[in-house]
Amino acid sequence: MTKLRHLIDPQDFTVEELEELFSLADEIVKNEKKFKNVCDGKILATLFYEPSTRTRFSFEAAMLRLGGQVIGFSEPGSSSVMKGESIPDTVRTVGSYVDIIAMRHPKEGAPRYASYYSPVPLINAGDGGHQHPTQTLTDLFTIRQTKGRFSNMTIGLCGDLKFGRTVHSLIKAMSRYENIKFILISPDELKVPDYIKTEILDRNSIEYLEVERLEEVIQELDILYMTRVQKERFFNEADYIRLKDSYILDKEKLKLAKEDLAILHPLPRVNEISYEVDEDPRAKYFQQVKYGMYVRMALISKLLGVM
Amino acid sequence: MLYIDSIVRGIVIDHIKPGYGFSIFKYLGLDKADFTVALIMNAPSKKYGRKDLIKIENNIDLDLTMLGFIDPNITVNIIEDEKIVEKINLSLPEKVEGIIKCKNPRCVTSTERNIVHRFVLVDEEKGIYKCEYCDQIYSWEG
Repeated sequence: MTKLRHLIDPQDFTVEELEELFSLADEIVKNEKKFKNVCDGKILATLFYEPSTRTRFSFEAAMLRLGGQVIGFSEPGSSSVMKGESIPDTVRTVGSYVDIIAMRHPKEGAPRYASYYSPVPLINAGDGGHQHPTQTLTDLFTIRQTKGRFSNMTIGLCGDLKFGRTVHSLIKAMSRYENIKFILISPDELKVPDYIKTEILDRNSIEYLEVERLEEVIQELDILYMTRVQKERFFNEADYIRLKDSYILDKEKLKLAKEDLAILHPLPRVNEISYEVDEDPRAKYFQQVKYGMYVRMALISKLLGVM
Repeated sequence: MLYIDSIVRGIVIDHIKPGYGFSIFKYLGLDKADFTVALIMNAPSKKYGRKDLIKIENNIDLDLTMLGFIDPNITVNIIEDEKIVEKINLSLPEKVEGIIKCKNPRCVTSTERNIVHRFVLVDEEKGIYKCEYCDQIYSWEG
């Protein structure tokens, strides 16, 4: 990864490149001090056209822990975007000052468009409801760290599977590994879109099952990826009342689960995981947050060619 | 039977899927032409049963990418002295630029100035394209 590379779509990296990245992230986890100066003299720009404090902090913390520095904006109102500057002009200008850019934008495809003009590596830090590749890297790295493998697993995805971009990306990403089975747990109104089923699951002959209730299948799962289900997503209140408790993971439901289940969540959580679950060793979502920073450290290092 | 005079020098766009002839006619601006043009719809076709065709009594620049995108079965015949001197068979282009616009209001193309709308072929069999930026799926029929 020494020539100019960007990360726009989770599929931009091959399985081998991902493994290289995760091995580096793993090394950083084990011996962070060794990496504290690798980005000495390098600058990251965080161009956040919409606020996303957690993702921005994660990028900034990653760069600072690598010994680099950070500049940027966290809303377009405080930048030349307000004066009508185009995306190509912004990235060409900022790319003259910095070594790497992380861009968050409310418009889908904006980072792809920006990457055509960027003189430095550009990372998609989320574009509307479209892609969020560093969240996918985070999810994959958490799976690798907690399960020690990517193959031979049953993965349950629970909640809003229709609008959840992290779910779509994770299905795409995990579909590249062997012997994966998905159990898709959602109300009828929030099922995974058909194109994911036909283009990813059917095309790759990946086994999957669609169910409405978590408690029916939780005992089968190796990974449980929870997402938010909001009341306003339901078409009628009766359905919401019927199903709302199905999507709250609590101690009772966890009694049915495997001892080595790994519970993941992209956060923020609302009420889909009870606080009592936080103490359970199977709850990995706060570790997942930390792994997100480490994987971003590895990504920045790789894209800058310093590692 | 309807008879349309053959043309001396120009272009015949043949084997257009029935119903698409009018769209192509409009797209090529032939409704404003000051030379002879004929749009024939639902003509009998040995190959497809029915077809549209357009006869143009002039040599005009044709966007073959656009025609291939609309219908890859179209044949373009170049006519000189009332004879076909060249027959061009079309195919679905791998990339389509600036022909159609992405309809996704959340796409970056909806706000950026001077951005070229680009689509890439994802399913040759079904003629399905996706927006290069936002992945929205398109076919000529929408």
